[in-house]
Amino acid sequence: MKIDTGDTTWILISTALVMFMTPGLSLFYGGMVRQKNVLGTIMQSFIALGVVTIQWVIVGYSLSFGPDIKGIIGGFDWIGLKNVGFDPNPDYAATIPHQAFMMFQMMFAIITPALISGAFAERFKFSTYLLFVLLWSTFVYAPLSHWVWGVGGWLRSLGALDFAGGLVVHISSGVSALAAAIIIGKRKGHGHDHMPPHNLTMTLLGAALLWFGWYGFNGGSAVASGALAVTAFMTTHIAAASAVLSWLAIEWKLRGKPTLLGAASGAVAGLVAITPASGFVGPISAIIIGLGAGLLCFYGVTIKNKFGFDDSLDAVGVHGIGGSFGAIATGLFASKAINSAGADGLFFGNPSLILVQALSVLVAIVFAFVMTWIILKALDKTMGLRVSQTEEVEGLDLSQHGESGYIF
Amino acid sequence: MKKIEAIIRPHAVDDIREALLEEGFKGMTISEVKGFGRQKGHTEVYRGAEYQVDFLPKVKLEIVVSDNNVDSVVSTIIKFSKSGKVGDGKIFISTIDEVIRVRTEETGEDAL
Repeated sequence: MKIDTGDTTWILISTALVMFMTPGLSLFYGGMVRQKNVLGTIMQSFIALGVVTIQWVIVGYSLSFGPDIKGIIGGFDWIGLKNVGFDPNPDYAATIPHQAFMMFQMMFAIITPALISGAFAERFKFSTYLLFVLLWSTFVYAPLSHWVWGVGGWLRSLGALDFAGGLVVHISSGVSALAAAIIIGKRKGHGHDHMPPHNLTMTLLGAALLWFGWYGFNGGSAVASGALAVTAFMTTHIAAASAVLSWLAIEWKLRGKPTLLGAASGAVAGLVAITPASGFVGPISAIIIGLGAGLLCFYGVTIKNKFGFDDSLDAVGVHGIGGSFGAIATGLFASKAINSAGADGLFFGNPSLILVQALSVLVAIVFAFVMTWIILKALDKTMGLRVSQTEEVEGLDLSQHGESGYIF
Repeated sequence: MKKIEAIIRPHAVDDIREALLEEGFKGMTISEVKGFGRQKGHTEVYRGAEYQVDFLPKVKLEIVVSDNNVDSVVSTIIKFSKSGKVGDGKIFISTIDEVIRVRTEETGEDAL
């Protein structure tokens, strides 16, 4: 196998871009909480860079991408990155060093548990959170990413398409967020106290960093430089822009004013929805997917009020719903004219892909929900999930970390 | 001696300060306060979650003057604060028993 320097360069750049999404997410979330919880919220995203990196090197990568065991899980052959060297692995990326692919995938594993933290913002105990991230990465992320992306993984073998992580990253985190919000319960004073976002400038900056990093997230998922990377790069941008407009339009019409939080949320919703489709669809399809994501997630974030759970920062409404929509939309809009290695969707004459996509969405939802439920129940019984009432009133910044975000 | 306490719109305070300095008054105290009267508050909406903001930001200006200066100070405050809409604020006037300048221990109107 010959290493291609252009491909390697693009994947290294993409890896760095995706790495930057995690701090971007921390600002996106950090601005939406109350002032007393800003550092605790930022920390929940940022610490994933520490915990998941080590988990990934020691077992995560091997379980996700290691030699297949019956379609269910990767084996232990690559534990501690044994046998993961400079020679390309043709199963995943034939023209870049295997370690580059491993690093690129590591960044996805890092941001995914961080996404969940939006559902239980302002009340999760930090010590339990560390263990939760470790367990979730090992028992939810690793199997699911193996099923969808691992060679021999059973969903991949069925023909399910997930270009950059609609199932593995967004549905899994969004559905786990739902389980978490239900188990941990509402914030103290929810529905009674005022809990408006404390700094939306920070939230918009975070959304912009997510958008910026997403070029690597989706563009890099071509695992090579060239036409396919350009397709994903382009559709990613188009969908984000479309969703900003559609979210704002419906908000303006129904609520009277177009808000900045709506624009930031729309951008993320569009990025989430295009993720599984980004390397399989054309520009006009990207506009439709983006517009649809903005509208759907606008309603998605109101579901929690009807069902009475406190998904504080809308991880369910944006990632769960936007990710599911994107995976289904892939079954509608995918085209072999865009990516010959993909498949045609319903609108391009192939009705079977949508069924596989729907099945894969269902599997991801059930698996992530049940596993997260088990993990959190076990942690609740042993360590406890929540900070004490006094600590919650005091805020996570002081009670968990002994510092304040703002000293004026 | 009288204390004039004026709760006014924040933007008016600079004009009032300059005008009172020109009229020869040498000091005043202001604080940023929140409150509501007939103006009530407003509604903010974040991703569909509505918050009623009841208390609006105002400035409280306090100045103690001799009895014969009360009318001119009050008219200056009104001149720059009055827009004719609800929310222009209120002025409270009360009697002050004694004033002491800490540095010199002067008392009464000499201390103003």
